[in-house]
Amino acid sequence: MGQTMQSWIRNRLNRRGVLSGGVVAAGGAVLAAVTGDKGAGAQGGHPGHGTPATQHPHDSPTGDTAPHTRAHGPMISVGDVDNARNGFDPSALLTDWETGEVSRLPDGRTLRTFEIAAEDKEIEIAPGVMFPAWTFNGRVPGPTLRATEGERLRIVFQNYSAHPHTMHFHGIHAARMDGIPGAGEVLPGGEFIYEFDALPFGCHLFHCHWLPLKRHIHKGMYAAFIIDPAPERHPEHAAVARSRLLGTPENKEWQEFVMVMNGFDTDFDNENDIYAVNTVAHHFSKHPIKIERQRPVRIYLVNILEFDLINSFHLHANFFDYYDHGTTLTPTLKTVDTIMQCQAQRGILEFTFKEHETGLYMFHAHQSEFAELGWMGMFEVVEATA
Amino acid sequence: MNKPARPAAAKTGRSLTDYLWFAVPLVALVLATVWLSTSDWLRAFNVGAPPVEKLTFERTVLDSDGIHLYVRAGGSEPLTIAQVTVDDAFWAFTQDPPGALDRLATAWLHIPYPWVLGEAHEIKLRSGTGAAFTKAIEVAVSTPKPQIGQLQPQALLGAFVGIVPVAIGMLFFPALQSLGGRRMNFVLALTIGLLGFLFVDTLEEGLEMAGEAAAAFQGTTMVLVTAAVAFLVLMVIGRRHGTPTGLALATYIALGIGLHNFGEGLAIGAAFAAGIAGLGTFLVLGFTLHNVTEGIGIVAPLVDKRPPLWTFIGLALLAGAPAIPGLWLGSLSFGPHWSALALAIGAGAILQVIVEVGDYLKRHAERHGENWLSFGTLAGIVAGAGVMYVTAIFVKI
Repeated sequence: MGQTMQSWIRNRLNRRGVLSGGVVAAGGAVLAAVTGDKGAGAQGGHPGHGTPATQHPHDSPTGDTAPHTRAHGPMISVGDVDNARNGFDPSALLTDWETGEVSRLPDGRTLRTFEIAAEDKEIEIAPGVMFPAWTFNGRVPGPTLRATEGERLRIVFQNYSAHPHTMHFHGIHAARMDGIPGAGEVLPGGEFIYEFDALPFGCHLFHCHWLPLKRHIHKGMYAAFIIDPAPERHPEHAAVARSRLLGTPENKEWQEFVMVMNGFDTDFDNENDIYAVNTVAHHFSKHPIKIERQRPVRIYLVNILEFDLINSFHLHANFFDYYDHGTTLTPTLKTVDTIMQCQAQRGILEFTFKEHETGLYMFHAHQSEFAELGWMGMFEVVEATA
Repeated sequence: MNKPARPAAAKTGRSLTDYLWFAVPLVALVLATVWLSTSDWLRAFNVGAPPVEKLTFERTVLDSDGIHLYVRAGGSEPLTIAQVTVDDAFWAFTQDPPGALDRLATAWLHIPYPWVLGEAHEIKLRSGTGAAFTKAIEVAVSTPKPQIGQLQPQALLGAFVGIVPVAIGMLFFPALQSLGGRRMNFVLALTIGLLGFLFVDTLEEGLEMAGEAAAAFQGTTMVLVTAAVAFLVLMVIGRRHGTPTGLALATYIALGIGLHNFGEGLAIGAAFAAGIAGLGTFLVLGFTLHNVTEGIGIVAPLVDKRPPLWTFIGLALLAGAPAIPGLWLGSLSFGPHWSALALAIGAGAILQVIVEVGDYLKRHAERHGENWLSFGTLAGIVAGAGVMYVTAIFVKI
């Protein structure tokens, strides 16, 4: 008896031994997966020996075996978000350009007027997880404002929220149009009209700049603000400028998407719990972005992530040219597959899958933590549909 | 003739009315409830805050399929577990039964996560409101399964820390018999000392377990009330035929100690389940040493008797064997409120034997013309508690 006891205790002392006992008892399925078998376990085994055999795609608890979900295995949020209740679909936001109302000023210039309303709204940011957001026009991110270089912009901002807010544009404007406390602040029920020229061309953003700033940003008050270059102002790169200008035949060749990298602190401990592009965790994992193989892709990428120092974008199996801030017509980085952005940094990515096979190509933050907490997605490259 | 008849008739008549009077407060209660639920004046207190959400983790099982958690909801509204993250990664999961959890409702969560042996993991359950409930797994090891092959070594361990030391302690019986009356007082006082230690230890353990249970169970109150009830019930049963002495008293001591050892088994088993037990020879020997004193206590009331051998075997099993089911249940990771209840009963039982042994000591001392409290008995109490305390140093995990 003493002998048995002693050897048993020794076994128990060896933690790896404990598990190997458990695994052996657990039966056939595991034995098949654990190639090292009983003997290896008793000797201490190798790391990961205790890894349960859970990776059979058919065993996916979601019961979903579509190719784009298989890529994530069980490492994904369960279910899907009710876009109808949210009032916006992250896929639709990719190409939803808010171009406002266009009119002529007496001096012949174009005046572009936007109407924006601040609104408190509970939104679903991961299946079943609600977040009490503050929004521009009832959506997070807010509307993607798109204008052309040199136009006069007029933004009529009304505040239906319970808190004071502002619209602070990253662009060139007068101090009194800066959208900070003391310059363009709007109390609940109030209104302010921001007015300035659309300068410089590029991929920009706007956000609420009321205090405390951190909360007013992470609650959802931000959006992309894109100023297309006016081709006549850039004769040396007129073709490139035309391809960037919304509505031109050259521009129609491109598949353009706006992606706002954001995150949510659902339990208000000043740490993000959920990361995403266009708000909903894993949305583009579950609903891949269709890309026609022959046509080039342009992504307007904005990072507004609060709390974390940087965010990043990594494209699988391909490389892209990058225009930091989008304020140049020649790339600032050529042939890269990963770029990083601090908060409010943004840029334009241009790439093509022309030489690639059709199929699913992943993109995600290359902070694995962000990716695993929702910031990942897929491009589904297909042959031309038309 | 009339006289005795009338009160009888009046009595039956009145008793019916009496019953009706009992109904009056009940009806009033129902009316109050109806008023409260229909008038909705409590709405005035609704400040629009999100509901209070509580979740208790009652069982954690790690096996080849991943991680399984048994959770119990608390709080003011039904709680929805919307998402699960493990080590800051969203992970697929299934809930059984599915749906929102009402107050005090329970469910199993099955998470097919490839946990890594010997490493730590952190699981966060995120509710519909975005609140997170965190379960830390300090050292991941496979949870023992209730199978014969798994339970056998634990039974052996239970016997070794429960039955063996008690039996060894009982071997002091002939030596105790050779002691005279005054020294016998010392032995009885020693028993009280050790029982006092066990009482505090068991109660503390019970309260600790209760602290892990869902708030709605009111852990501390539950433990104290249960201990008090167990104490009173055992006192009443024990004194049906006068104060217990001799074998009866020894049996009650063995029962109390048995319940304590059940709790000790739970602790060792839970340590296994949590993977935090570096349970070596040293620790097992510590438990053995710790429990030897218990054997002395059990046989102390028997010194002036000549009980047959089987009574010793029976007492040793009663006091020691509960460690075995304790170990099993502990390692299978059952709800903390069950462990708390078992420990509370144990504390009550130990308190009963403290009273009865004290009573016995008093009578024994008086029979030898002494006061129950002397330097001898004081030394016994201190020695009993002291030995238990010192030997417990070896076994605190």
